[in-house]
Amino acid sequence: MAFMPVKFDLPKRVKLAQGLWLLYWISMMVGILIFSLGIFFKIELRKRSEMMDNNESHFVPNLLILMGMVACGVNAFGGKVTHDSLDPTKFPKWKPMLKPYLTFCCGFNILLLITALLCFLMQFALYLTLADGLKNGIKFYKDTDTPGRCFMKRTLDMTQIEFRCCGNNNYRDWFEVQWISNRYLDMSNVEVRDRVMSNVEGKYLMDSVPFSCCNPGSPRPCIQHHLTNNSAHYDYDHRIEELNIWTRGCREALVAYYGGLMNSIGGLILLTIILESVDMAGLKYLTTSLESMSDPENPECESEGWLLEKGVKETMSDLFAKLKTMGKTNQVEEGAQAAT
Amino acid sequence: MALMKVRFDMRKRVKLTQLVWFLYWVAVMAGILVFSMGLFFKVELRKRSELMDNNESHLLPNLLIGVGIIACGINAFGGKVCYDSLDSNKFLKWRPMLRTFLVSCVFFNALLIVTAVLCFVMRIPMEFTLAEGLKNGMKYYKDTDTPGRCYMKRTLDMMQMEFRCCGNNNFRDWFEIQWVSNRYLDFGAKEVKDRINSNVDGQYLMNAVPFSCCNPSSPRPCIQWQMVNNTAHYSYDHYTEELNVWKRGCSEALLSYYGGLMNTIGALLILVTALQVGVTVGLQYVRTSLMTLCNPDNPESVSEGWILEKTVKETFFDFLRMLKAKFKRNRVEEDDS
Repeated sequence: MAFMPVKFDLPKRVKLAQGLWLLYWISMMVGILIFSLGIFFKIELRKRSEMMDNNESHFVPNLLILMGMVACGVNAFGGKVTHDSLDPTKFPKWKPMLKPYLTFCCGFNILLLITALLCFLMQFALYLTLADGLKNGIKFYKDTDTPGRCFMKRTLDMTQIEFRCCGNNNYRDWFEVQWISNRYLDMSNVEVRDRVMSNVEGKYLMDSVPFSCCNPGSPRPCIQHHLTNNSAHYDYDHRIEELNIWTRGCREALVAYYGGLMNSIGGLILLTIILESVDMAGLKYLTTSLESMSDPENPECESEGWLLEKGVKETMSDLFAKLKTMGKTNQVEEGAQAAT
Repeated sequence: MALMKVRFDMRKRVKLTQLVWFLYWVAVMAGILVFSMGLFFKVELRKRSELMDNNESHLLPNLLIGVGIIACGINAFGGKVCYDSLDSNKFLKWRPMLRTFLVSCVFFNALLIVTAVLCFVMRIPMEFTLAEGLKNGMKYYKDTDTPGRCYMKRTLDMMQMEFRCCGNNNFRDWFEIQWVSNRYLDFGAKEVKDRINSNVDGQYLMNAVPFSCCNPSSPRPCIQWQMVNNTAHYSYDHYTEELNVWKRGCSEALLSYYGGLMNTIGALLILVTALQVGVTVGLQYVRTSLMTLCNPDNPESVSEGWILEKTVKETFFDFLRMLKAKFKRNRVEEDDS
């Protein structure tokens, strides 16, 4: 009892083949899209790898690039087979490859599912990487003369401007680090010496933030220094002032950005899985309808196509039986070897 | 004596028609490209129209949009005619319109050339508009509570950060205007009162720039206040300090951006003009080669195609004579009535 059999005459077969060929071309475009999204994601990670301590995991974008290429190849092959299927002279050369091809497609779909899951799960790893990386980034902000870190200031400033954020969790993170290099501090000045002595580690701490935290939407010129001192500025209350500097933390901003990107890519991969499954079903119907033609010489004859030759349960039990016999054959061979 | 006569047999005619049809489709794509570039340019002008006093000229983008749409239409029609020209039945219905169509194509090409020239020329009025607009923009920077100008500060700050520029010509433009609103000045403080009284207009002037002028690449935290006072900052010399704030003026930055955009569009238009001239010439050849079939019933016969039936001079004089005859006919009709 075949699973979901459908009767086909010649026009129906031709329509199926044409529709399937078009679908394979669309799938190929989608494969190219996944490939380019993988490259885009890789570039985005590299652009800000300084803020992730240069040890962010490139596993997901690399996997996406690979999946995109494999999808292109698989769909191009499927399209070629479909294109040749209507020509009875060309089709026989593809016939023996079809079963392994469909099995490979099944495996590929499972891989795609794993990739989609990874896309959604990687956000947690990214959250932790960013938390660490940003903390170090803020610490190294002042080291514009240390080789390897001299661009940290610029990267962090550009990030805060671009993502409209300030500090790691919020702007107060800047109060806890010294973000002015010692080269620009007059150590002979009493005030400077007092500040440096006022804490255990001898750091010049201020309640100020860099200019990149400033919000252009504020109606008044940016207040960067003495942020918690209301009397230092005319008509200023730091508790209710909301528009002066960005109140969001950069970790939250970056996680939202990368999270949105990964969610979109994950959604696209789920759509790809559905598309690939439809392709596989269509190809199975086409090949079975061509194989079961009652009169191979007459292309106009009727035929039947199906998804599975037996029912789902029977196919599964057949598969298990085959796996068991493969295991048993190995055991018998070992036994025979031991005997000799 | 026809201009640039060419002999055509059946195969050559078919090849010519296919080539011209393909070129017409490329020209439709080019028309769509010109349309979208016009749209993009219009959007870019609108985005920063606050900085140009809201009186920038939208002539060029509107012209580009119009030309793009007309190009699409003309080239789609030409492509259809080419496609039908190989079938003698279908071609007959297009034949009477072709002469007028080709003449209008020639006028359209002239319009394209005019638009391309405009692209390069419009840079000059844009320079003046930008200079004026930015000067006023900076003047209204502090008016964040005046309706109609409350977003000027934000627009100007975003623009200085995006284009990496400061002030109109350079950062010293900020020293000449009051860019802090009076609402945030403590008029009870002696320092504030001194500053205001120190100039004729009663403005609070400082040697300071807004934060958006700061250059993130500077190795030291940004020095915005007391910029020309070397003693106010440790190890600072404002004569040699280059990385602290952006050195370029915004009018130069914006002009080079819009100028580059207009140059690119102008170059693209020149290419589109060349393509249009090519397809017009191709269609004329197709039309004349089909007209001069020695044996109209036999499609395999040889024919001749040309660009102009007579030489350029003769065609031009014929055209003038036709205009004069039309004009005289109008005069005669008036005399009669």
